[in-house]
Amino acid sequence: MTPALVMTDVAVRAGRRLLWSGLTAQLQPGEFTAVLGPNGAGKSTLIKAVLGLHPLAAGRLTVLGGAPGESNREIGYLPQRRSVDPTLRVRGIDIVRLGLDGHRYGLPLPGRGARRAAAEVDALVELVGATGWAHRPVGELSGGEQQRLLIAQALARRPRLLLLDEPLDALDLANQAAIAGLIGRICTDRQVSVVMVAHDVNPILPYLDRVLYLANGRVATGPPGAVITSETLTALLGAPIEVLSTADGRLVVVGQPEAPHLHSARHRDEAPQPGGGGRA
Amino acid sequence: MPEVSFGPNLLADLAQMWSLPFMVNAFRAGTLVAVLAALAGYFVVLRRQTFAAHTLSVVGFPGATAAAWLGWSVTGGYLAASVAAAAVFALRPRATGRRQRAESAVIGTAAAFALACGFLFSTRSQGSVDGTTALLFGSVLGISTGQVVTLTWLAVVVLVLLTVVARPLLFGSLDPVVARAGGVPVRLLDAGFLVTLGAVIAMTAQITGALLVFALLVLPAATAQRLTARPLRAALVAVAIAVATTWVALTATFYTPYPVGFWLADLAFAGFVLATGVGAVRGRWHRSGRVAAVPAMVVGGTP
Repeated sequence: MTPALVMTDVAVRAGRRLLWSGLTAQLQPGEFTAVLGPNGAGKSTLIKAVLGLHPLAAGRLTVLGGAPGESNREIGYLPQRRSVDPTLRVRGIDIVRLGLDGHRYGLPLPGRGARRAAAEVDALVELVGATGWAHRPVGELSGGEQQRLLIAQALARRPRLLLLDEPLDALDLANQAAIAGLIGRICTDRQVSVVMVAHDVNPILPYLDRVLYLANGRVATGPPGAVITSETLTALLGAPIEVLSTADGRLVVVGQPEAPHLHSARHRDEAPQPGGGGRA
Repeated sequence: MPEVSFGPNLLADLAQMWSLPFMVNAFRAGTLVAVLAALAGYFVVLRRQTFAAHTLSVVGFPGATAAAWLGWSVTGGYLAASVAAAAVFALRPRATGRRQRAESAVIGTAAAFALACGFLFSTRSQGSVDGTTALLFGSVLGISTGQVVTLTWLAVVVLVLLTVVARPLLFGSLDPVVARAGGVPVRLLDAGFLVTLGAVIAMTAQITGALLVFALLVLPAATAQRLTARPLRAALVAVAIAVATTWVALTATFYTPYPVGFWLADLAFAGFVLATGVGAVRGRWHRSGRVAAVPAMVVGGTP
């Protein structure tokens, strides 16, 4: 079977700054991969590179057997969460439907094709458990309700690869667990290769096959148990890190040089180059 | 003009109006313009481009007055100016965040300058004050059969274009990032829509005037979106509202001493207020009936 993603010594830049380099990994269908790392490490840029929306600085990247951007119609993509305008008057199922045929020209003719499309949308809505609110305007829905509909939209064209950029961000704990479970199930049931950018690894830890940890321009890859360890993260982040495991299997990363340090560094670097990574 | 009076027999009233060729042309042109403005307006409201639309309509005014001054076609001048302004909008790099806010101030300044230029040109030309008022606030007089034919052709082109790109344009308007990743040529559609919008605005302004274009462009679409959240239905409801508004306004203009711009804008506004009221009542009814239908797990979600 064709691997979903083959990355060989890949590097990317934002403007003149090298974001990260030396990424080598092979992702198979039905595998769940998490992309972790501090803010500004270049996690979203990896997703954009896979979509062919960001050029590579070095290395080779094969997406579903072709060059990046060639088979985007077989990729489901959920970008980093932006707030949906509360006054937006378009129904949830219309948003899901756009994932199915929003790229088509002309208007759909009524008949068998239209009925099949409507049935497919209903099935997707049911799959993500959004039947209760899919007919209401999306602007009125909560973050968790919107996120389920957007996942349904990303699944509409039966993708072989699912790219999710922080889909659990801004959700409460119950919804984080529920949506993580949903994505884990889709991954195995439909043999989709899932790549999820995440801030917190815990909600998805039970479903993970692999971790790509980006930090300080370098990448650590491997199963979660091998990457999220005191030794690996200390070496990668260049600061003493301790990974503790709780009784219920959760991981606590202590001493992580989080946002403040790296965040300010990123802004200092990007400020003089407006053409660089700022345009997300 | 023969003595006209409005009676209870609506058919007789219509026959009386339509015995005058200029009123027939006003109804023909008004109907075409209402359909196009409502359809384009649906996307304008969805894409939050009302400010851009306003600017395009204002920029057409100096084009029209300059054309009148030089002895050219006023409609042609209006069309050229707003389409050119739309092309400038379309070609500029897309600004976001702080740059967008700075840019909106620049556009506002440019719009004021355009209006002032239009005023200057109108004082230089031989045109009367009435002509300037008609350009700004609309008129039903002076739409020739030739203009109706031109409008029909433009309308056919715009209708075909909007129908063909309806779905990708909707996708790109709601979620440009995902649409672009999924193979929708978002930037091309954005630019094409703006230029089309410039042409639609120029046509609409022939009836509504430069300052009251919103009466047919934004108000029917905004009203329709209050009434329904289905995209296709909302677009069709917007068309129905715009056509009804135009017909009632033209009839009222014919039988009363008040100008068409007043009737168009006030009728459209009344519809909007009514729909907002209906929406508020329905919303309260929905919310009160909703709690039991939602699974317990999500009730804790962010409101």
